[in-house]
Amino acid sequence: MSMDRRQFMKIAGLSAVLGIGGSLIIDKAGHAGLGAGPRYEQGPNAIEAKRWGMVIDAGKIKTGEDYKRIIKACHSIHNVPDFGEAKDEVKWIWTDDYEHTFPSAENPFMDQTYKEKPFLLMCNHCEFPACVRVCPTKATFKRPDGIVVMDYHRCIGCRFCMAACPFGARSFNWRDPRPFIKQVNPEYPTRMKGVVEKCTFCVERLAKGQGPACAEASNGAMVYGDLMDPNSEIRKILATTYTIRRKPELGTEPSIFYVIGGSENNA
Amino acid sequence: MYNGGKIILGLAVFAGLVTFPFLYNIGQADRQPDLKLDTPVIRQMAVKHCVEPKAFMRAEHMQLLNDWRNEALRQGNREYVSSTGEKYNISLQNTCLHCHSNKKKFCDECHNYMAVHPYCFDCHLQPKENVQ
Ligand code: HEC
Ligand code: HEC
Ligand code: HEC
Repeated sequence: MSMDRRQFMKIAGLSAVLGIGGSLIIDKAGHAGLGAGPRYEQGPNAIEAKRWGMVIDAGKIKTGEDYKRIIKACHSIHNVPDFGEAKDEVKWIWTDDYEHTFPSAENPFMDQTYKEKPFLLMCNHCEFPACVRVCPTKATFKRPDGIVVMDYHRCIGCRFCMAACPFGARSFNWRDPRPFIKQVNPEYPTRMKGVVEKCTFCVERLAKGQGPACAEASNGAMVYGDLMDPNSEIRKILATTYTIRRKPELGTEPSIFYVIGGSENNA
Repeated sequence: MYNGGKIILGLAVFAGLVTFPFLYNIGQADRQPDLKLDTPVIRQMAVKHCVEPKAFMRAEHMQLLNDWRNEALRQGNREYVSSTGEKYNISLQNTCLHCHSNKKKFCDECHNYMAVHPYCFDCHLQPKENVQ
């Protein structure tokens, strides 16, 4: 059987139409569709901001009990494991001394109480987060409201983010964390061996209309709010009180501010 | 024919071995997974239904869960409005497993049958009764 060019083009064209058209029909029929189509919403109580931030009034956090209570509030809600040793430590909120917290604002003659006082540290939710720039899977990313979060499902454990973060805010699960969680909160997932984790500014609580757990437990020493809203409480504090940030010279623009020797001037 | 007996015996043994798996299973009905819905929460429901129609859930729940986690974590949308207009808090352990608290006799029963092993529960917590 011979075929001229014209016949060939006709058959080729027809089979293309049948093939593509047929696959569309089969796709539609085979897919258990949902008619009206579902929607996703924020939830009625969610609280929003253009850029979330926090002020920590160091002078208001005094006793060892204060530090413990605040750290426990966070770590117990989020099932953060306690391995009982520094080498494998996993932390969302922790303390360090002045020298390591504000290395560029140190001097040899400063007030001894501040030199020895522990400061509460957490993820700075930077405006220009170095961790986000290096993450190869976009597992860590900055939300439109300024919060730098982790999508644990995408974390491949490469730890580039840990190398990039100048604040030590990220921890790696070298071991299975589950046996080291003293009291498990059944409402929140744990993590597993091989992923990085850190503070998420309690996004899951903001979605329900609650503030970050640390701020809630701090008796007013930690104030969170919208940095872009000139009428917010946090902006009023920033406008009237002298505050500093960690390592501002690195240009990451942290969203966590510290009041040192502030309103209650007795550390 | 040389060694005819041996060849025929060999062929018979070969045929027996090849057909053994089929012969062995003759008369045994394929065991279907036995999904249990009798959890405290589902027992309370007047009309027993899932977040979406059963046929959709059976075929597409993995895709739905994938959408749930992307919407919740990456878009900040933690509420799901189903195709029938019902609202659900987006959560694997607090919503799906709140109703399906018998994970072992429901999710695992089917997954074991299908030889699927979701790794979700390395992190997500399952109701106590399901932990060995
Ligand atoms: C490495 C640990 C890890 C694994 C593995 C994991 N998740 Fe998650 N997942 C989390 C964490 C932690 C959150 C909570 C984040 C939040 O609420 O802000 C979460 C949140 C979610 C959410 C949205 C909110 C919620 O609480 O349920 C869904 C849906 C979800 N995961 C589905 C899955 C599915 C499906 C799998 C398995 C295919 C899975 N996850 C595997 C850690 C994990
Ligand atoms: C409000 C309670 C409730 C919630 C929440 C719920 N389910 Fe269901 N689910 C049911 C009931 C009841 C059925 C049986 C429906 C039927 O028989 O028509 C069902 C059926 C199913 C089926 C189909 C089983 C079969 O026989 O084929 C799957 C799969 C399923 N659910 C998975 C899920 C997943 C995944 C989630 C979370 C995204 C979820 N369910 C959330 C109550 C619930
Ligand atoms: C009717 C049987 C059935 C039931 C019941 C069922 N599943 Fe599944 N599930 C499957 C099948 C089949 C697959 C694999 C689909 C594939 O690989 O394409 C699957 C896949 C999944 C996946 C994706 C796994 C992966 O590695 O990609 C998740 C997550 C999941 N199921 C969660 C659940 C949860 C949670 C429940 C109980 C609330 C449940 N399933 C109940 C049949 C079922």
